[in-house]
Amino acid sequence: MTYTSKEHIISSLKKGVRLDGRKPYEFRPVSIVTGTISTAEGSAVVRCGDTEVIAGVKMAIGKPYPDRPNSGTLSVNAELLPISNPAFESGPPSTVSIELARVIDRGVRESKTIDESALCVTPGEAVWMVNVDLCPLNTDGNLIDVGALAAIAALKNTRFPKYEGGQVDYKTKTDKQLPVGIIPIPVTIVKVGDVILVDPTADEFEVADARLTVTTEEDGTICSLQKGGEAPLSLDEVGQMIDLATAQAKELRAILVKAL
Amino acid sequence: MSSDLKYEKRHDGRDWLETRPIEAKAGVIKKADGSGYFKIGKTEAYAAVYGPREMHPKFLQNPKGGVLRCNYNMMPFSGAGERVRPGPSRRSKEISMVTDKSLVPVVNLDDFPNAVVDVYIELPQTDAGSRCAGICAAAIALADAGIQMKDMVAAISVGKVGDKLMVDLDYEEEAWGEHSGLVADIPVAMVPSTGEITLLQMDGKITKEDLLKAIEQARPVFEKIAEVQRQAIKDKFARWARGEE
Repeated sequence: MTYTSKEHIISSLKKGVRLDGRKPYEFRPVSIVTGTISTAEGSAVVRCGDTEVIAGVKMAIGKPYPDRPNSGTLSVNAELLPISNPAFESGPPSTVSIELARVIDRGVRESKTIDESALCVTPGEAVWMVNVDLCPLNTDGNLIDVGALAAIAALKNTRFPKYEGGQVDYKTKTDKQLPVGIIPIPVTIVKVGDVILVDPTADEFEVADARLTVTTEEDGTICSLQKGGEAPLSLDEVGQMIDLATAQAKELRAILVKAL
Repeated sequence: MSSDLKYEKRHDGRDWLETRPIEAKAGVIKKADGSGYFKIGKTEAYAAVYGPREMHPKFLQNPKGGVLRCNYNMMPFSGAGERVRPGPSRRSKEISMVTDKSLVPVVNLDDFPNAVVDVYIELPQTDAGSRCAGICAAAIALADAGIQMKDMVAAISVGKVGDKLMVDLDYEEEAWGEHSGLVADIPVAMVPSTGEITLLQMDGKITKEDLLKAIEQARPVFEKIAEVQRQAIKDKFARWARGEE
């Protein structure tokens, strides 16, 4: 982004104006569609303004870790696909994409969204390994929040493939669903100068001095945090951001539950 | 599917020269300079064009004209079987290269020395024919980006299953060859107005006569696909004229 457009965004924000006309604490409209990808065991597409993320779940049988012989595995991966934004380049995963995947992964893991013992087939021998891949098709900011909604919706949409005689039959889906329990919802709040915003666009993300992603469970318990950006935050600001994120998470949770 | 050596009827009831249902759109990627979507059966491709923009790394710059650079990628959950590992593979690099060569003959980048036109192709789900769908989406995206082109490029697989010549083999028909040994899968890209062939690959076995016949009899199919691609561009600008974009 050019220096002038940065200045323009910042000076507008100081006057309380966002370039897309939203209020500081206003989320863009969110839509969730599940079961769009026939080759995946579970899938979802989430749109939020001009951001659009496809999440797909693939399952495979593997050997459990020696120290946890009764547990399957769940991992969330993300790639900043260069198709989705001119700023992304081909090549090995950038730190931004690794952070994106890890923040969502941590939220899902720490809230024990999936009971990993339910993924065990034969203790010590065979367990289900669940991979959630997040692929942004359009990127206009706020990939963490949108990606997490897509990941949860795809997990909820997942059906186990048939497993017989040591072989996974990917063509035959069973009725068995993944045991999705607690649903974590991350909300990212950014600070530009003294202004605090939710659901930043790509441009707003770029001018932000600091950001905080707060992941909460339904009862308001915080299950993961990630501060980003160069500017420090005061404890008061952290408190304010947590309140905002918790309130926003309630609305997103309602949209998610309605879509499932 | 039966393992008889004769393939009497297509398993989904299509005629031999009938493609699966096709859907095409332009302007699907908001931040791109041009974009396209092409779906054929359960195979789905998105393409976005970025550029002309400065070429990096610099040693790849061509002072005589712009460079077309295509990148084909399957999303990790897009395969019929196990998860596809993210990142480039030998297969995806080769397909990126042949995609590039299938489109280069129709684009004119002479006015953009040292620049690159990046084409990113992503496949969310596949059921055979993914490189052809990618090429079709990419051609829409290039036209949508306003890149000077002589014509569309339309792509579809032609081939032979058992003793029958046909177009647009799906995964099940390709797999039929594994036990019969009687399948030829031939992805072809064509410049419809001239009939020039810009992509030609094959898996399987076929005679020269059958190969030429399979391509020749598919000529109207290429023209039909090109018409769907052109219509996608027209639809986008019609939406745009109505103020919907």
